[in-house]
Amino acid sequence: MTKNKQTLTITIDGKKIAVEEGITILKAAEKAGIYIPHLCAYKDLIPHGSCRVCSVRVNGRIQASCVQTVSEGMVIESDTAELLEYRRMIVDMLFVEGNHFCMFCEKSGHCELQAMAYRFGITAPQFPYLNPNRDIDLSHPDVFLDHNRCILCGRCVRTSQELDHKNVFQFVNRGHKKRLEVNAKGLAETDLNVTDSVVNACPVGALMKKRVGYEVPIGNRPFDHASIGSEIEKTEGERK
Amino acid sequence: MGTRKYTILPVTRVEGHGKVTIHMNEANEVTEARLHIVEFRGFERFILGRPYWEVPVIVQRLCGICPVSHHLAAAKAMDRIVGGEDLTPTAEKMRRLMHYGQMFQSHALHFFHLSSPDLLFGTDGTALSAFDAPPEMRNILAVAGKFPELAVQGVMMRKYGQEVIKATAGKKIHGTGAIPGGINKNLSIEERDFLLKDIDKMIEWSKSAVKIAKDFTLGHVEELLPFGSFDSNHLSLVRKSDGALDLYDGVLRAVDKDGNRIVDDVDYQRYLEVVSEEVRSWSYMKFPFIKKLGHEQGWYRVGPLARLNTASFIPTPLAENERKEFKAVTNGKPNNVTMCYHWARMIELLHSIEMIQELLHDSDLQGTDLVTSGPRREETVGVLEAPRGTLFHHYRVDKNDAVVMANLIVSTTNNNEPMNQAVKRVAKDHFTGKSNITENLLNRIEVAIRAYDPCLSCATHALGKMPLVVELYDAGNSLLDSKIRE
Ligand code: SF4
Ligand code: NI
Repeated sequence: MTKNKQTLTITIDGKKIAVEEGITILKAAEKAGIYIPHLCAYKDLIPHGSCRVCSVRVNGRIQASCVQTVSEGMVIESDTAELLEYRRMIVDMLFVEGNHFCMFCEKSGHCELQAMAYRFGITAPQFPYLNPNRDIDLSHPDVFLDHNRCILCGRCVRTSQELDHKNVFQFVNRGHKKRLEVNAKGLAETDLNVTDSVVNACPVGALMKKRVGYEVPIGNRPFDHASIGSEIEKTEGERK
Repeated sequence: MGTRKYTILPVTRVEGHGKVTIHMNEANEVTEARLHIVEFRGFERFILGRPYWEVPVIVQRLCGICPVSHHLAAAKAMDRIVGGEDLTPTAEKMRRLMHYGQMFQSHALHFFHLSSPDLLFGTDGTALSAFDAPPEMRNILAVAGKFPELAVQGVMMRKYGQEVIKATAGKKIHGTGAIPGGINKNLSIEERDFLLKDIDKMIEWSKSAVKIAKDFTLGHVEELLPFGSFDSNHLSLVRKSDGALDLYDGVLRAVDKDGNRIVDDVDYQRYLEVVSEEVRSWSYMKFPFIKKLGHEQGWYRVGPLARLNTASFIPTPLAENERKEFKAVTNGKPNNVTMCYHWARMIELLHSIEMIQELLHDSDLQGTDLVTSGPRREETVGVLEAPRGTLFHHYRVDKNDAVVMANLIVSTTNNNEPMNQAVKRVAKDHFTGKSNITENLLNRIEVAIRAYDPCLSCATHALGKMPLVVELYDAGNSLLDSKIRE
């Protein structure tokens, strides 16, 4: 028994778009060729709303666009100086909270956090580095987890559960003590397999396949030529 | 799974400055002179616990001037971890191209930006002695004013070397080209043609750079022969089959001051059987020596001069002709003259550009077989001849891919005792009876150290100045005078 989905009209940055009911603002925007920056939202996973990078103003109130579903007549602001500044601050804080060294990280050029910093024009963080003391789990034969680079987006937690039907990762503690853990003493003791979807789910260089680092030369990496979000925006151009 | 602190590296500011202390006795004679270099030793600890494939990229942070040398030495080491040391022809030649590009740009930088003021204002008759040009002349701006063409050549040659690096490593600095067991790209036809465009000019300019260094040396023989000079052993890699000069790979060879081979044909995996490091209380930097000769007799020089003393010949025609002239001066015996480093360096500059030319015409560089592997190992040594001399990288990697041991002996450390000897010689010859440090004395110390092109501070190096502090102490160990050269 399928109910016919209704079409609603919403406005994003002054542009009226027709959207199907029940989808999130983020998805609706994407379908209309509008890129709302986001990190923790991933594929069709249940939204988490934790990174707050996708924050927009909905009828004047700040909301996470990856969680909030559309409703008739919604007026959404995304590309504003205020929100850009807000997103910039969040990205900035993600950098200083961890140990991110783009200049020698194997995720450089593939990393969504780095790509977002470039898109936002961040060259050096405005907050002081916290230099946390974090470790790296190399115990698994084919996959490693470097907590230094983890931004706690939860993409691995959800991908493992929802797509791989496993339960390899979980969060422990809250607030600034929150951290990602594997549900065993180390990755080697979990049922994680290198072919699992989760191995490609991490936006940064925290959860990575082993022994393939730097195989793609500089110049051929995904973000060397195209900025993050440009795929979505290009589609719009083609539609026009 | 241990806990590793992951801190930001102050490595681009390593080795802040050099300090020289000179000690006199009651009779105002120099009894001791020492060069103190603050060496950054935290690096080995920093890579412990990291996955091995990161190392060739991370180690580039060690140095702002010769990152490619560290990149390649570490990559050579990691080749053996993945059992991929028999590189494909494309991988080996791409790496060599990268290495000669680095050698070319580093030697050009040193010559034009750091030593040309000494050399040019000596040869040109502006100054009576090679060391007496007034301070305002002793900089690259003065060179640019008087010899504008030469200054432009210096800049263009350096740039050319950087373009070679970019084409092989993806970026001019801190690229990623070499990966364990190979390389991540080949050379496209466009990249090749772009580099071929200027190659003839680069060869011509390199020839004239050799001539400047040669004319300077031969024109000031009397003054240069004793200057900061001393007899020593010399160590480097040479090509395995025939002892040719080979900057990228080979076997260890060392000769004594007379040219007798004291180490020959030694696989560098066994370097610890040959070389040991002495610790002295007053210095942060260790003093390497050839084990079987002991630390008193066994220290050695590395770098361009040492390489021309160890190698049987140079496998490119133009540089080989120059080498023959160079050797003729000492009747084929090793050259122990500190100031001859400059001439030797320029012969290597010419050799590097000849090698680049040869490689650019080799279609293996357009090959697509880039990476190889074989049986895994846990311990490994990577050695190459960096611009400043032999560079050792030694690692152990556990079964989980984590680096568990790292030991590096960098070129400047290999030359630690020689630089001290050079300083001592200059101090003894020129400071006896003095109670203050004149501009001229300061120059001499600086010129002697600079011949070795030490990586004292990469940042200031690039600006063309080596910050140097010289302190003079009397017999009662109280400070007589102190001068700083920024
Ligand atoms: S490991 Fe990666 S995917 Fe998992 S929470 Fe950390 S950053 Fe997100
Ligand atoms: Ni260096």
